[in-house]
Amino acid sequence: MADTSFDVVLVGGGPGGYVAAIRASQLGLKAAVVEREHLGGICLNWGCIPTKALLRVSEIRHTLDRLEQFGLSAKDVQVDLAKVVKYSRDVAARLSGGVAHLLKKNKVAVFDGHARLSGPGTLAVAKDGKPVAELRAKHIILASGARARTLPGLEPDGKLVWTYKEAMVPESLPKSLLIIGSGAIGMEFASIYRDLGSAVTVVEVLPRVLPVEDAEISGLALKAFEKQGMTIHTGASVSALKKAGGKVTATVAHADGNTGEIKVDRVILAVGIVGNVEEIGLEGTKVEVEKSHIVTDSWMQTGEPGVYAIGDVTGPPWLAHKAMHEGVLCVERIAGVADVHPLNPANIPGCTYCRPQVASVGLTEAAAKEQGLRIRVGRFPYLGNGKALALGEPEGLVKTVFDAESGELLGAHMIGAEVTELIHGYVIAKTLEGTEAELINTIFPHPTLSEMLHESVLDAFGRALHI
Amino acid sequence: MAIRVLMPALSPTMTEGNIARWLKQEGEAVSAGDVLAEIETDKATMEIEAIDEGVLGKIVTPDGAQAIPVNAVIGVILEEGEDSSALEALDLAPPPVAAPAAPPAAAAPPPPAAQAAVPAASPPPATAAPAAAIQVTAPADGGRIFASPLARRMAEQAGLDLAALRGTGPKGRIVKVDIEAAMAAAPAAAAPALSPAPASAPAVPGASYVDAPVSNMRRIIAQRLQLSKQTIPHFYLTIDCEIDALLEIRKELNGRADDYKLSVNDFVVRAAALGLRKVPAVNASWLDNVIRQYNTVDVSVAVAIEDGLVTPIIRNADHKGLVEISTEMKALSERARATPMALKPEEYQGGGFCISNLGMYGIKEFAAVINPPQAMILAVGAGAQRPIVKDGALAIATVMSCTLSVDHRVVDGASGAAFLGIFKGLIEDPLTMLL
Repeated sequence: MADTSFDVVLVGGGPGGYVAAIRASQLGLKAAVVEREHLGGICLNWGCIPTKALLRVSEIRHTLDRLEQFGLSAKDVQVDLAKVVKYSRDVAARLSGGVAHLLKKNKVAVFDGHARLSGPGTLAVAKDGKPVAELRAKHIILASGARARTLPGLEPDGKLVWTYKEAMVPESLPKSLLIIGSGAIGMEFASIYRDLGSAVTVVEVLPRVLPVEDAEISGLALKAFEKQGMTIHTGASVSALKKAGGKVTATVAHADGNTGEIKVDRVILAVGIVGNVEEIGLEGTKVEVEKSHIVTDSWMQTGEPGVYAIGDVTGPPWLAHKAMHEGVLCVERIAGVADVHPLNPANIPGCTYCRPQVASVGLTEAAAKEQGLRIRVGRFPYLGNGKALALGEPEGLVKTVFDAESGELLGAHMIGAEVTELIHGYVIAKTLEGTEAELINTIFPHPTLSEMLHESVLDAFGRALHI
Repeated sequence: MAIRVLMPALSPTMTEGNIARWLKQEGEAVSAGDVLAEIETDKATMEIEAIDEGVLGKIVTPDGAQAIPVNAVIGVILEEGEDSSALEALDLAPPPVAAPAAPPAAAAPPPPAAQAAVPAASPPPATAAPAAAIQVTAPADGGRIFASPLARRMAEQAGLDLAALRGTGPKGRIVKVDIEAAMAAAPAAAAPALSPAPASAPAVPGASYVDAPVSNMRRIIAQRLQLSKQTIPHFYLTIDCEIDALLEIRKELNGRADDYKLSVNDFVVRAAALGLRKVPAVNASWLDNVIRQYNTVDVSVAVAIEDGLVTPIIRNADHKGLVEISTEMKALSERARATPMALKPEEYQGGGFCISNLGMYGIKEFAAVINPPQAMILAVGAGAQRPIVKDGALAIATVMSCTLSVDHRVVDGASGAAFLGIFKGLIEDPLTMLL
């Protein structure tokens, strides 16, 4: 009989849960993870990682389309969709196995099943409806994650109307595709399918694509998507989906009051996220739920003593790295580690891996102005960077927003090739509370895309060298 | 619940500390801010203070106890209504000592017990840190202060002393929120009467008043000048300058061209700049550990603007002629008075010396408050005809009184007087400004 008494039990083995469990174990706490489906959670199995594999393929496909630009040619380029999907699934499977190994190495017990709170400090674990274990824990951390939001009348059926999950394992390439929602998930699928050859239409209810990003970056993204041949309707919503003859007809209400119909092979719903707060035994506890998400204090403590929550189930931003950070600070706080600090939302980077990539951290220009701050804004275009031209990637922008008085880096907003690999430079500066002086004094390697991080800061202070 | 007092980590590398001595006895009442004990590390002796009030219920590690690991319980504070029975519920066993303690004979002699105690000016933390009922005052030995670049700059701009602040960032680093907390706390405590209509404010019969919210600029002025008057030992030197020759030359020069109009103040700026170049020792700042002498002569000039004042800088003023100074001053003042204030931070931050001129208001003479970290400010009064004694007889001259406020930590009376003498010479014989 396995040991069933722990210091910390994680409900959910996604990136928040498994990382928290490893950290707990490092700190000498006896830790366990209960996972109902896959270790690594949505991120690793049905989210971040497999979509990055698909985006790698679609990006290569796009590069092949423009080989001539580099003086190369290739004949008979074929997309074998089954193999593409297998590549993506293999990457996910390999990483999921890696997480199992990490947990074992760190002596974290793993329970296969669905956990629910069954009393103070106790969890009932069931598999396929049958009880398999009763766990006792001094500290219970809910890391149950989130799932795609559905809208009435637009329910996915898994065949013609997909969620992210079906969209990741297509059996055939849809000739035409409608994506509802232009957030990160929607636009990543838009890029995958567009670059693999589908005709892609995106409908966004808000006035611009990637609506959480800086307005200037959103505008540049819109232009890039339209140049690639995507059809984008902003300020529009889909009111009904009719299915007939293996096709879907969507009724779209446009911003100008007109209504139109779009006929497509497949629809992907990407209209947001709801927290997994059901069936985990919150009833009768003091755990508060607001708009499908669990309410916590800055130490991830819920209203119920001994019960904590981290990651997507606690609300936006729904990002794996936010979940991991919350998991670590939560268990460090539990273990009494000195020098633990609450997470600062202004320092959480956001990355969207569509083509072109978009990455940002901190305040947008508009948000800074709304706060009444006096700001300095720097901009540097990809066109002014040698490495970008050598890569054949002359489109993009690095934008920085500084407080004019203190020199604090308030925000950074980037669009273009590999920006998701560049944003951490600004995140480090923000975390260290650097000012423009430290960024200006930093020596950036030449020739790299990272030089644009430097130039954008220089530009904010009227000192750009290469523009 | 009884509060455990733990051995604090006074530096990032500290793993254990010694109890130099307890300043409170068992059973003695303590209130927030009281120094409980002095802790010795290999680097310094520091004080720990109570954050909560109560009674020191138990001293776990007595005076002279050596090598107490960080986070070990060193004492217990009982809250109101608790008695010693509350002690029994606590696990007071110190964690096992990681490394064997050095035998007392081999230990270095303890430093003199009470090293300069630093008054704790830091406000209590908004949320109590976990299991820590103490806060640590700044190192008494003037050691390195850990602060983020942003925090350093904000403190400098607000005229706050980092050594008086408590850091809440990683490893006690002073970060932005600490500066914001200090800025919010200081004026609120200093001027409770200004807070809008406090419910408990006594009604003054018949008195009518308006409470205006404190603007950021006023807050910064208040902080910087209060800091100045509280920390800088000011002394004052006044000198009378006859300016009839200056007025003649000014009239002559202004008559020659229409594209400039020199003011008396432009001459004052130039004379001060040349004086600073000739007496470089007074072009300096007190920075606690060093006296910084500036290689450039940057002269700030106080400009009154709505709800406050700002001090734009004529940089390298000793290398600039009267017209250049005049034109630049005019442009800076215009941008200073624009709404919103249009000066860039680098145009008003810094400067080694300041001039404040109230001559246009008819002020005969006044003494100005030094603008830290500068060491001197020159207060310039109105030029007016006054009786003077010349060669044993009464005569009339246009006289302008100037008072120099000086930071005695940096500049002594003689060097201040030397500067002022050169200044007077240049003002009274303006042609020598050409030399």
